Amino acid sequence: MRWRSAILFAALAVIGGAKADPDNYVIARRGRALAIAGDCVACHTAPGGTPLAGGLALATPFGVIMTPNITPDDATGIGRWTKAEFARAMHEGRGRNGAYLYPAFPYPYFAKVTREDTDAIFDYLRTLDPVSNAVNRRTLPFPFSVRALMIGWNSLFFKPGPFVPDPQHSPEFNRGAYLVEGLGHCGACHTPMNAFGANKADQFLQGNRIDEWTAPDITNDQQSGLGKWSVDEVVQYLKNGQTRTTTASGPMRDVVEHSTSKMSEADLRAIAVYLKERGAAGGPVPASVPASDPRMQVGEAIFVDTCSACHTRNGAGVEHLFPRLADNAIVRQSDPTTLVRIILTGVRGAGTDVFPTSPAMPSFGYRLDDNQVAAVVTYIRNSWGNTASPVDAELVKTLRSHVAGPVERSAAQ
Amino acid sequence: MVRRLPRKDVVIVGLGWTGSILAYELSRTGLEVVAIERGPWRDTATDFNIGTAPDELRYAVRHDIFLRPKQETLTMRNNPSQTALPIRKWGSFLPGNGVGGAGVHWNGQTWRFLPDDFRIRSHMLERYGEGIFPENHHIQDWPVSYDELEPYYDKFEYLAGISGKAGNVKGRIQPGGNPFEGARDRDYPTPPMRQGYAQELFTKAASGLGLHPFPRPSANISVAYTNPYGCSMAPCTYCGFCERFGCANYSKASPQTCVLPVLVRQPTFEARTECEVTKVNLAGDGKTATGVTYVDAAGEEWEQPADVVLVCAYALFNVRLLLLSGIGKPYDPASNEGVVGRNYAYQTGSGSTAFFEDAKFNSFAAAGSLGVAADDYNSDNFDHGPHGFVGGASITSAHTNGRPIQFHPTPQGTPNWGSQWKKAVRDTYQRVTSVGAQGSVMSYRNNYLDLDPTYKDPLGRPLMRMTFDYQDNERKMANWMADRCDEVAKAMGAKTTQVNRLVGPWSVVPYQSTHNTGGAVMGSDPKTSVLNRYLQSWDVSNVFVMGASAFPQNAGYNPTGTVGALTYWSLDAIKKYLKSPGPLVQL
Repeated sequence: MRWRSAILFAALAVIGGAKADPDNYVIARRGRALAIAGDCVACHTAPGGTPLAGGLALATPFGVIMTPNITPDDATGIGRWTKAEFARAMHEGRGRNGAYLYPAFPYPYFAKVTREDTDAIFDYLRTLDPVSNAVNRRTLPFPFSVRALMIGWNSLFFKPGPFVPDPQHSPEFNRGAYLVEGLGHCGACHTPMNAFGANKADQFLQGNRIDEWTAPDITNDQQSGLGKWSVDEVVQYLKNGQTRTTTASGPMRDVVEHSTSKMSEADLRAIAVYLKERGAAGGPVPASVPASDPRMQVGEAIFVDTCSACHTRNGAGVEHLFPRLADNAIVRQSDPTTLVRIILTGVRGAGTDVFPTSPAMPSFGYRLDDNQVAAVVTYIRNSWGNTASPVDAELVKTLRSHVAGPVERSAAQ
Repeated sequence: MVRRLPRKDVVIVGLGWTGSILAYELSRTGLEVVAIERGPWRDTATDFNIGTAPDELRYAVRHDIFLRPKQETLTMRNNPSQTALPIRKWGSFLPGNGVGGAGVHWNGQTWRFLPDDFRIRSHMLERYGEGIFPENHHIQDWPVSYDELEPYYDKFEYLAGISGKAGNVKGRIQPGGNPFEGARDRDYPTPPMRQGYAQELFTKAASGLGLHPFPRPSANISVAYTNPYGCSMAPCTYCGFCERFGCANYSKASPQTCVLPVLVRQPTFEARTECEVTKVNLAGDGKTATGVTYVDAAGEEWEQPADVVLVCAYALFNVRLLLLSGIGKPYDPASNEGVVGRNYAYQTGSGSTAFFEDAKFNSFAAAGSLGVAADDYNSDNFDHGPHGFVGGASITSAHTNGRPIQFHPTPQGTPNWGSQWKKAVRDTYQRVTSVGAQGSVMSYRNNYLDLDPTYKDPLGRPLMRMTFDYQDNERKMANWMADRCDEVAKAMGAKTTQVNRLVGPWSVVPYQSTHNTGGAVMGSDPKTSVLNRYLQSWDVSNVFVMGASAFPQNAGYNPTGTVGALTYWSLDAIKKYLKSPGPLVQL
């Protein structure tokens, strides 16, 4: 398709935004690293589909949004896009023809990415093989299907503008801030949302429920955040998918496997330094549920019978395989959704080059009823140095109705 | 119609212990490797749920993870004068099926054979003269020595995280270990398992009788461990669901725990499951394999060309594939010529069941390799002169399980059902233990494998015929061992004992041991072996055959440790072959 390249080149030349030649290996490679840091592949890939060819159904409170194809295919991808159009999408949330994009595409974060970096990502995307994959981009129901609504949304919740470093902090901290607040868009999951689906700026990174998972508090809070993690542990977690206390699972497993485990150690350290230094902001520590509470007694009996073989009687777990429950902030999140969900459906932990095992916890939803799950989670949240609110059986019941049971071949046989 | 697929560098037949190790080690060098496995994919996370894995009915009784006799079975007879009949339900041994192979359901005892075992013929001849050998024997030296294999035993033990206590480090005898073992370069990667009350009694009693007890080397591991590949294992919970089961706790070494996590990350590796290799294809000259033909789950036939064919399909099925492919001359006992199928061997089991008056053995708190052993009567660690047999056994006190359906020993004379039986089970369960002897089996002219003239598999290929019986040498040995076990059992304080001898012809019905060996043995002479010392076919130099089929005769130990060591030993040779193809041993 030489003619197409020629036309494109001409177009780029006219627009004049092109600083980098798409054939520039160094820039494309940097763009690839940035695309990994932004975890573009997580949303822009359908289950089992070609990476970045789009087609993943994102369930939002407003309806399903299908992610677009960002391979350089002319008809169905971004083959006809210019660098400037790409930068406008990233910085302003506008499509090629100017249409408003929905913030499921996290442009409120990407606005902070420098133009140099969006150009590099663009150059990288243009090195991919074009994949023809037409995605239905009109799946939202009325009135959300009216893209112009986003004008109002943007005026309320979107503060455009580049990242501004804080001179009070080290360059490393600022690099971390740039990644977390910008390309990494960590806050998109880890920050509570308002009724309009916008992240609450005043509760940045304080934890959130998303897709029936708890994205935990990642401020430096002692009770529910990273307060007891060292910088090294944060780096280790992002690089290897695990620390001595925990293993990444759920949506964070994908983030680690596709994105953070492939990032440079320097960037991971910058993220860790930023997260550790930017401060703590958790809620007050709730009163602990006393051991005499019947829920604690039932919970303990279930724990000994069902959980202790792997997680051990004192909640210490087994390094690299079975997460430690004792004194673990992830167990103490104000929202216990992740714990309940894991018991109901089971989960598989991250597998990385350093720790490839990718251990699994099986589902216990088939043999523990709502009250039993609530009791055992309440027990775990209030044992071995943990203090957290008790879990209501109603929450278990609701969650059970939302999360499908595990598809286990052994059970199906 | 057979459709031809794009060429691969290496095709592996069977994805168990040996196949997965080779697949990983070769694909990590960038080679395109495909493993073709006739059973399903199996993994800890997807198949062995801690809530459902300990299901004795499903796995131990109904053989959920074993080969279905409908897929493939064998015909069996005790001697060439009989007509062999098909085994319709697995009994004496239980072949694996699916990814992980028998490495999924093994107990986990991971031994090194003794230095003398590798040169048994020369050693026995030197010490006792020709007269020690039994009639019609085919006992032969291995073409490789213990010292040559030592680094490879070490590799496999560190891969699998084996829990044990060294008895001989660099020639220095270590207290608490097996003083008879060959010198090892370093201790086991993890400390021994915690033993039970029976093992405590055995240790005292055996020591009192002048024996040298030590904890068995175990693949049910004692502490958390991460192997050199980066795969992690958890401490064993002593749940007693090892043999016949997949481990849900990541505690038993298996391809699933120790190799697959890194193997599936290799971009040049591919596994095709539920695909059965029907033949290794040969070029016109009959001296080079061109790949394999296989049938997929839909019944479609495919040809997979490859530069190297690694046969990793379990001892018995390796031999059958060679026979069906015309690789090597089939063995004929009448003329005593040919090699493929020659020297099939097995294992003896004998011992003493010990009933105590007042004890509580808690045998349900167990593991496949939990136990202590004494090797004073193994190999040639004792004077065979007065006994007139070759071989030996490891004597053991072990509790592998106390499962409700199949573990309920009762004293002799107890009825098989009814209230008397129930009472005996109740009275006995906590008060019974045993001392067992797992012994060697030598190779003989009339114990062999060949293709059955009558019975065929669903694809129309002849079944393999097993002709096997214990010979007088093995009976003498096993029964002498039973008496030694009984001495120990009595010294442990048993009120009554029941000696279990090797009597009658070998039967396929009761479970005995899945330690089938030989049939494609390694050796120094192509007239008496299928493979050279690198497990390379003498006849077709780009075919290598892994597994216990290479054992010239069987030793008094479980085979997996030696199978693992031979795999790593052969891997080095395969790499050499890939650089410069051709026979690695010139005659």
